[in-house]
Amino acid sequence: MSLFDKHKIFEKNSILLSVGIVVVVAIGGLVEIVPLFYLKSTIETVEGMRPYTPLELAGRNVYVREGCYLCHSQMIRPMRDEIERYGHFSLAAESQYDRPFQWGSKRTGPDLARVGGKYSDQWHVEHLVDPRQVVPASIMPGYAFLADARIDGARIADDLKVLSMQGVPYTEEMIQTARADFMAQVNPDGDFEGFLERYPKAVVRDFDGDPTRLTEMDALVAYLQMLGTLVDYSIFDEKANLR
Amino acid sequence: MSLEEGGFAVFLGLLTFFCLLIAGKALDQVMAYHAAFGALVAAGGVFLIVKTYLDTGGAAPPAEIDGRPNYNMGPVKFGAIAAMVWGIAGFTVGLIVASQLAWPALNLDLPWTSFGRLRPLHTSAVIFAFGGNVLIATSFYVVQRTCRARMPGRIAPWFVILGYNAFIVIAGTGYLFGVTQGKEYAEPEWYADFWLTVVWVVYLFVFLGTLWRRKEPHIYVANWFYLAFIITIAMLHIVNNFTIPVSIYGIKSYIVWAGVQDAMVQWWYGHNAVGFFLTAGFLAIMYYFVPKQANRPIYSYRLSIVHFWALIFLYIWAGPHHLHYTALPEWASTLGMAFSIMLWMPSWGGMINGLMTLSGAWDKLRTDPVLRMMVVSIAFYGMSTFEGPLMSVKAVNSLSHYTDWTIGHVHSGALGWVGYISFGALYALVPWLWNRKGLYSLKLVDWHFWVSTIGIVLYISAMWVSGIMQGLMWRAYTELGFLEYSFIETVEAMHPYYVIRVMGGALFLIGALIMAYNIYMTIRFGEAEEPAGRMAVAPAE
Repeated sequence: MSLFDKHKIFEKNSILLSVGIVVVVAIGGLVEIVPLFYLKSTIETVEGMRPYTPLELAGRNVYVREGCYLCHSQMIRPMRDEIERYGHFSLAAESQYDRPFQWGSKRTGPDLARVGGKYSDQWHVEHLVDPRQVVPASIMPGYAFLADARIDGARIADDLKVLSMQGVPYTEEMIQTARADFMAQVNPDGDFEGFLERYPKAVVRDFDGDPTRLTEMDALVAYLQMLGTLVDYSIFDEKANLR
Repeated sequence: MSLEEGGFAVFLGLLTFFCLLIAGKALDQVMAYHAAFGALVAAGGVFLIVKTYLDTGGAAPPAEIDGRPNYNMGPVKFGAIAAMVWGIAGFTVGLIVASQLAWPALNLDLPWTSFGRLRPLHTSAVIFAFGGNVLIATSFYVVQRTCRARMPGRIAPWFVILGYNAFIVIAGTGYLFGVTQGKEYAEPEWYADFWLTVVWVVYLFVFLGTLWRRKEPHIYVANWFYLAFIITIAMLHIVNNFTIPVSIYGIKSYIVWAGVQDAMVQWWYGHNAVGFFLTAGFLAIMYYFVPKQANRPIYSYRLSIVHFWALIFLYIWAGPHHLHYTALPEWASTLGMAFSIMLWMPSWGGMINGLMTLSGAWDKLRTDPVLRMMVVSIAFYGMSTFEGPLMSVKAVNSLSHYTDWTIGHVHSGALGWVGYISFGALYALVPWLWNRKGLYSLKLVDWHFWVSTIGIVLYISAMWVSGIMQGLMWRAYTELGFLEYSFIETVEAMHPYYVIRVMGGALFLIGALIMAYNIYMTIRFGEAEEPAGRMAVAPAE
């Protein structure tokens, strides 16, 4: 009896066939995914990383909603040209609070992993409103409508609560003050000391150039301006996570 | 009323109530619309169940008539037409997004017409709406014919096909309103995902239930592939969409996986959406429709066994090749590359099994354009399953990643393989389902074939050139050691190829429109066939 004859038992029993399929397709995923939850290189800690501020989180959600990841990556590969063009290659820790991850798979536009601080707020606003005004050959859609979409962060605390349930280190205090922090980040005349204590290195300013209102444009620019700015590579110890 | 009818009626009744509750308390407008739509569909379902019960006096349709199986072809017909409609919608949106990349003014700068929202609409419409309906329709057809048994249940098969299309509507309209999880090919939000899970479990049971009723001792090879597709997609879908909604009255949710783990889970899902949705499922179509159309048995039974187990085992490992040189650990990316290269063998094994089925019937390629379409689809399958392993090699990937080369590769598989095998299957299926002697016009099939083949060739060659060129431009250095091109210069250089792609896409769409006309004329005016039965396909031996 050849091996192929033994295959009859799968052909004559749908349950055995199903079990066989489940076993065979489970192996690859288990081997590749499970170790990522305990290997040091994928759960490394790096100084400077903090969860997003409530406003940055709202901006990130706009980024996700508009499908920016379909044309912009946020993952710099360790190649000479990429490092010269975009900056230090991306670390796993830099997306540790990203739900979902936004590494992207296509660069119709440039990588944004370290776009924070490269351009002024005004440049971002003008570029988002009408990309070809700033970059004539750009093929990016315009996002003028963001400047008219008012937000107030009324429910942002719920978002922080869910994220903290999932393991993002938002403290009870951060959840309590989420809405106040949301407002505080765009009001340089207000009291933002507590906010900066909770979110070190966060930037407080009016991002969209219109202090009279808080819009999705503020949130998105706040998010773009912090991308890649948390880890200070002049003091980054690349051997800290080796073992 | 049977337990099944009563159960579905109660379930849909409760669902109506629950949806109305959510619609009333919805935190955002989109949730209110979607919940109201859900309530409408569920209530419509209850109405149809009760109406059918009253109209037929509760008598279930017989499983057999005169000793011959009384196949349930209603859901198959619905799926075949839905596939045609969604296909044209999906190709049209594809043409729009391709045009937007060539002429950005076409974004109109409105939220719901921007590239970022339309692109998921295009991918989901062609993969899940067109491809999904083809898969469900053909699987219902094939499993019944090869088991010589009627599908179980009166409501369940309809629940699967209608529920699946309701999912498509919710997902598709959601994209336009900015409802997305932000994970490629898994964009629908938590409530749509949840609904799809329910539909999929019923689908699995309808499929298994038909296998359990089979009159043939063996389960035919096409059904192994369908079963692997259904089971694996369930596993991938549930794990990759493991989100916690911020509120059950709102659309937003956060995924439990983060960063590098989320990336790995996503591409484990993403690549196997290709492997099991777009490959295993459509290989099942190949294993039934190519032998039927050529009137020849499958080339090798042993090869199909090796093909099946090797393909499903190896495919699942290939995901990390989407993450070369990223923050994913190198061992994982090397594993992904190694298995992708190994995958070449079962892929070509399957191609050989499909192509060699024609041995002794090659002359039919001249006279039967439907068979020709199927054979060319297998050739495209061979080509893109060679290109895939090539691109998974790290050195090649360092050039090809993030460029249009990937887009070209996907489309040689999607337009050439998935598109053509689906068109072939639909061309074969429609006359069988509607009892027609043949298609309205074979000449039009010929036109469809040539117009869309030229379209595919334009599309993929434009993307090869633009992808490789942009990859090379990104890494070009001047003599003095500076980067030679700014990013925007590389974007400008893409323009001519984006225009060529638009032309290719337009030709493909025109081909599909020709097909839709042909199918419509076949159903509407085709000459009826005498009800003499066709031969059932022989089981794998």
